[in-house]
Amino acid sequence: MSFMRTSAFVGAAFAVSLMATSALTTVAHAEPTVEVLHYWTSGGEAKAAAELKSEFEAAGGKWVDSPVAGGGGDAQATVLRSRVLAGDPPSAVQIKGPNIADWAEQGALADLNSVADAEGWDKLLPPQIQKIVKYDGKYVAVPVNIHRVDWIWANPEVLKKAGVDSVPNTWDGLFAAADKIKAAGFIPFAHGGQDWQDATVLETIILGVGGADFFNKALGDLDEASLKSDTMKKAFTYFRKFQGYVDDGASGRDWNLATAMVMNGKAGMQIMGDWAKGEFFAAGKKAGTDFLCVPTPSEHGYILNSDSIAMFKVKGDDKVEGQKVLAKLIMGEKFQEIFNLYKGSIPARIGVPRDKFDSCAIKSMDDLDTASKGGTLVGSVAHEILQAGAVRGAFLDVATEFFNSSMSADDAVAKLAEEMENAKD
Amino acid sequence: MSSTELGTRPGGGMFAFVQRWISAIVVAPSFAASLFFVYGFILWTLYMSFSNSRMLPSYQFAGLDGYRKMIEASRFSVSFENLFIFGGLFIVVAMVLGCLLAVLLDQRIRAEGVLRTIYLYPMAISFIVTGVAWKWILTPDIGIERFMHEMGFANFRFDWIQDTDMVIYTLVIAAVWQASGFVMAMVLAALRGVDQEIIKAAYLDGASLPRIYLGIIIPSVRPVFVSAFVILMHLAVKSFDLVVALTNGGPGFQSSLPANFMYEMTFRRNQINVGSASAIFMLGIVIAIIVPYLYSELRERKR
Repeated sequence: MSFMRTSAFVGAAFAVSLMATSALTTVAHAEPTVEVLHYWTSGGEAKAAAELKSEFEAAGGKWVDSPVAGGGGDAQATVLRSRVLAGDPPSAVQIKGPNIADWAEQGALADLNSVADAEGWDKLLPPQIQKIVKYDGKYVAVPVNIHRVDWIWANPEVLKKAGVDSVPNTWDGLFAAADKIKAAGFIPFAHGGQDWQDATVLETIILGVGGADFFNKALGDLDEASLKSDTMKKAFTYFRKFQGYVDDGASGRDWNLATAMVMNGKAGMQIMGDWAKGEFFAAGKKAGTDFLCVPTPSEHGYILNSDSIAMFKVKGDDKVEGQKVLAKLIMGEKFQEIFNLYKGSIPARIGVPRDKFDSCAIKSMDDLDTASKGGTLVGSVAHEILQAGAVRGAFLDVATEFFNSSMSADDAVAKLAEEMENAKD
Repeated sequence: MSSTELGTRPGGGMFAFVQRWISAIVVAPSFAASLFFVYGFILWTLYMSFSNSRMLPSYQFAGLDGYRKMIEASRFSVSFENLFIFGGLFIVVAMVLGCLLAVLLDQRIRAEGVLRTIYLYPMAISFIVTGVAWKWILTPDIGIERFMHEMGFANFRFDWIQDTDMVIYTLVIAAVWQASGFVMAMVLAALRGVDQEIIKAAYLDGASLPRIYLGIIIPSVRPVFVSAFVILMHLAVKSFDLVVALTNGGPGFQSSLPANFMYEMTFRRNQINVGSASAIFMLGIVIAIIVPYLYSELRERKR
């Protein structure tokens, strides 16, 4: 009897103490924690990431920074893969486009719908962005920005000297202007001969020549007839023409050096996404007077590029809580404003005040709205929005092979159709 | 207690056991490690190349799919063609140049030690550094071409690094610069090991110097050529960093090598099966060249 009583007493005491310790541990772990794996390591991007960190810490969280520098995300992808395989994924990772769906398909991503419903994300995000960050109807990532790819950056001084009044809005007009710039002794187009830069120019031409529907059918659905069509051949012919306006030293040149050529008045124009704007601002140049931003010729087209933070499935209440806090912060007006001011992009959500943004960013916002409503908004292939991995790689291969050889447009479209078909599953 | 005492002491069972198996015990961990990490992973890669692995490794069998995709990619044919141009020229030029340097240094010249060090030093540099330095030298706006223009030769052109057809030869230049000193050191050491009596005898018989080198000395240092060939050959096949630093595979992907193809597919394009297939293909090339070579050399030595 007494033994039973004692043991019951001991058991009760044990249970109480267990409850106490578990209560204690929950208290100790309540601090929301997040580990962010990203490659925002240079200049404005690093500042933007630091901003997010300080906001997260102000909200009472613990931030573990895991930057992986270099390689435009290749190095980071390798780290991510090994961490996931080892069963210890970071809680938040900078990944983009179809890569998000790939990870979600593996069942590796967390469900953010509780935050999204509470914050009304469905109303705040344009449908095209929702498509990127949702998988199977659930939010698995948070968008941080929208970059526009189809921009021409021009030096007004050079244009004036060459007798070009404004940047033309047709490709033929653009090449006529390029002839004038060349005759005046300048390089018409500053370009860097790297595969992704070649592909960036090619995709703006494809959008201009074929329009948004053709762009999506050919590069999105990989429709063979569209890929081999005369429209695509025409795009390659224009691409060849563009090549004639590029200087001999372009091979392997980095994009920011090409931007510097426009800035210094060596070249007239550059076709590049709006991250080029950061270079002009860093040199103290003003939009509209020192440099011009004009969309590449197309029917109200807009090629979109967007970065996101995907949330991985993690164990522990503190980490799950951290992800929710972070997701809320990233979607917040304050972060979207500051981050995009630093990075040269525009906010991914609706309702962020415009007054601090420059004229190029405001034009980007207006054009995005028009393109979104008119169905002329397309995802970038060169920047992993419409296609990723092998299919995107095939597009880059053909673009760069064409640019660096004397391949005919006929051969190019045949090759494009074959390589893209081969690369898809 | 000195070690000789330890060795001769009539020990117990444990000691005798250790003494008898000491070499096996010392070698066992590294043997096990290389068995697992080298040969184990070769087998794993072989399996991956037959699987349908994309972003993450998968163990579902997909036959020759990875190999088919590899062969159909134009990047692949360019890379492997480049390997034969680059590897062939690199090995031949580095060996010839290395031998020539060794023979010249062998003439009992002054300051031989200093010269030998100068030629050998490039080998101590990493390929990344070689690549970056040669990139600067070969880029027309900042390197040799500009230098010649400033010297007054306005028509001088040397833009191989930006020329799709010639870019592969810039890799050969940089790699030869790095490796020929190493071949020189190997050959020179072997030359010094040749019996001086035979050479003296040849002299007395009136043989000319080139004749002595071609007829006596070079044949007697033949084993060194085998070693040099094997080392240069594997340097050529595994070349990756040189390309990354010198041309980054460009223009386009015209200077990409198989190792670059493998990296591109595995780590950038989520095509682990295709990347593994190309890794196996590279292994196959190495085996196909080295095994017959080693076999013939070993058989000759036995005779």
